[in-house]
This record gives sequence, structure tokens and C-alpha cells, in this order.
Amino acid sequence: MSDVKNFLYLNRRAPYGTVYAWESLEVVLIGAAFEQDVSLAFVDDGVYQIMKGQDTSGLGIKNFSPTYSALGDYDVQKIYVEKESLDARGLTVEDLLDLKYEDEDDDWAEKDSIKVVSAEELAKLMDESDVVLSF
Amino acid sequence: MPILHTVNKSPFERNSLDSAISHALKGSSVMLYEDGVYGAMKGTASADKISGAMKDVSFYVLGPDLKARGIDESKLIDGIKVVDYSDFVQLTVDNDKVSAWT
Amino acid sequence: MGTINVGGKELEVDEEGYLSNLADWTPEVAEYMAKDEGQDLTENHWEVINFLREYYEEYQIAPAVRVLTKAIGKKLGKEKGNSKYLYELFPYGPGKQACKYAGLPKPTGCV
Repeated sequence: MSDVKNFLYLNRRAPYGTVYAWESLEVVLIGAAFEQDVSLAFVDDGVYQIMKGQDTSGLGIKNFSPTYSALGDYDVQKIYVEKESLDARGLTVEDLLDLKYEDEDDDWAEKDSIKVVSAEELAKLMDESDVVLSF
Repeated sequence: MPILHTVNKSPFERNSLDSAISHALKGSSVMLYEDGVYGAMKGTASADKISGAMKDVSFYVLGPDLKARGIDESKLIDGIKVVDYSDFVQLTVDNDKVSAWT
Repeated sequence: MGTINVGGKELEVDEEGYLSNLADWTPEVAEYMAKDEGQDLTENHWEVINFLREYYEEYQIAPAVRVLTKAIGKKLGKEKGNSKYLYELFPYGPGKQACKYAGLPKPTGCV
């Protein structure tokens, strides 16, 4: 287990205006497939990535928001959302996707992946991570 | 000589919306599309700027871009009109000029 | 880039033989690709292919092998949710081969 590192992916961009959000998600899925310890943080406009009710049919581009719900299958269980970023955008956790994972150590009980944290708490999480990747 | 000001960047990412509003004369219009539609939501840190300008300037937002981003029309600042692609085209025709704040 | 001819229709595929357009897929496409690789498709194969299509429909990605194995185990039972079973069905790799037959893109993270 000694070669497992803690990766924190910091997502700061809105989903469709640029390619960052989708690129980050792909890298996360690849990293998680290699059984690294992965957590995600959504900060600034990144919180828009996990808004619920996205429907891109009018734009003719892929809606990748359903893919965030697969993260639990990839053992990504820690998804942090910064409170200050939500507040500035008039959003609450109710506006976000309901992301879950199954806890192996608790008879596969379904649990919430999303945890709202303050900027200060997030700064500490960044400090505790081996690798921080920002998109 | 009305101008249509277009904004396609999030107000939290760039100052395009601020610039568009400060350069919009009475009778002109501001069209929010792509990531610019985030500026149309109420309760945000930048919503007051739109509300404050609304007595002189008309604000529009592109419906398909709202839907793509999961923004329900009930979350929009009062007075912003939701339009579709053909309305967007019509707005560019109805105004003398278009100024794109990207 | 190339094409395959299935039931009189020319369908675009990439250099590794994956369908370019998800919407082009029919069960005949899977049969055609399997036959091309000398593989018979049994009911057990179809179970996995259909599972992958449903997974893609819900999550918009082709799952990594580890995720596929776990999910198959949950849905179809432990005796099927292991790599031995899946590799016996799809000797070129359950991710690569089954996703191809299912008309999905190559799984993300498949190297």
C-alpha cells in the first residue's frame, strides 16, 4: 500500500465553455482505475460541473454530468465542494447532483460522497494531499 | 443607434459582463450565452449589477445554454428574457451593431 | 478510419475497429465483429454486452475492467463477477473486446 498516493483533483472551471472539466473527469477515472486514493474538490466555477438537471440536447454536445455518478463505482468517495464558491453563486448543496458511494466496511451501505467544506478546510485538505492537480 | 452586447463568459471567471454593462447605453441590449448564462442567475454575487442596469438596458439569455447547465428558469433574475437561437439571430438583425465581450 | 459492411450498411470504425458512432450499433454489428475475430457469441457474452450498453446509457462512459467486474458481480452474481469468467468469455480483454462488440468507445483508462 506504500505506493498508493493521495491525489486531490481541484476543479475550477464551468463544464461546457472550455474542455477542462471533461479532461479532468477523464484523468480522474484513469487515476482511480489504477487504484490510487483519489478525492475531488469543486471550487469557483467548478461547482457548476455538478449542478443537477443538465440537459445538453439543445446544444448537440455530450452531457457528461451523469458520469460523476459513476465515481462511486471507481471508489472515489470523497468529493468536496467549497462553501464560499456555492454562496457566491447563490447555490446550495440541493442544487447539486446526489452523488453516492457504497461503503465496503459498512455492509455496502449507500453514503453521500459530497461534503461541503470551507476554504480554510479545503486549504488543509490540499496540504495533506501528496499530489494536487488543478484543472 | 442601439447596440447588442454579447457576453459568453462566466461573471466569476472574467469581467466581460461588467464591461458590457458599463458600456451599454440606454436602449441597448445585453445577450448572455454559453458560460455567460451563469450571470443571469439570481442570488449571485454579481446579480445586483444586472438588476441595477435593467431600467435602461434589456437583458436576454439563451435557453439551450441554460438547459445544458441545469439552470431552471425560476432561478433567473426577474426581468431577463429567455430566447432561442432564432431570437438571438433576430436580435443581431434588430440592432445596428453587435459588440462581443468575450 | 475505415468502414465495416453490416447488413448492407457501411458503418464507420476507428483504426482499432471500434464504431465511430454509438447510434450505428445493432446486435448484427456485435455478431459481425465477433465473427471477424473468430468468436462465437453465447448468451453469456450477450449478458455482458447488454450490461455494458446499459452502463453507458446511464453514465456515459465505458467502465474500467475493475469497475465492470465488480458491477457484473453485483448484477449477475459472484460466479460471473470475476476476471477469470470475463476473460474466458472475452480473451482479448473484457474491457476492450466486449466494449467493441457493444459499440462503445474504448474504456477510459484502458492502456
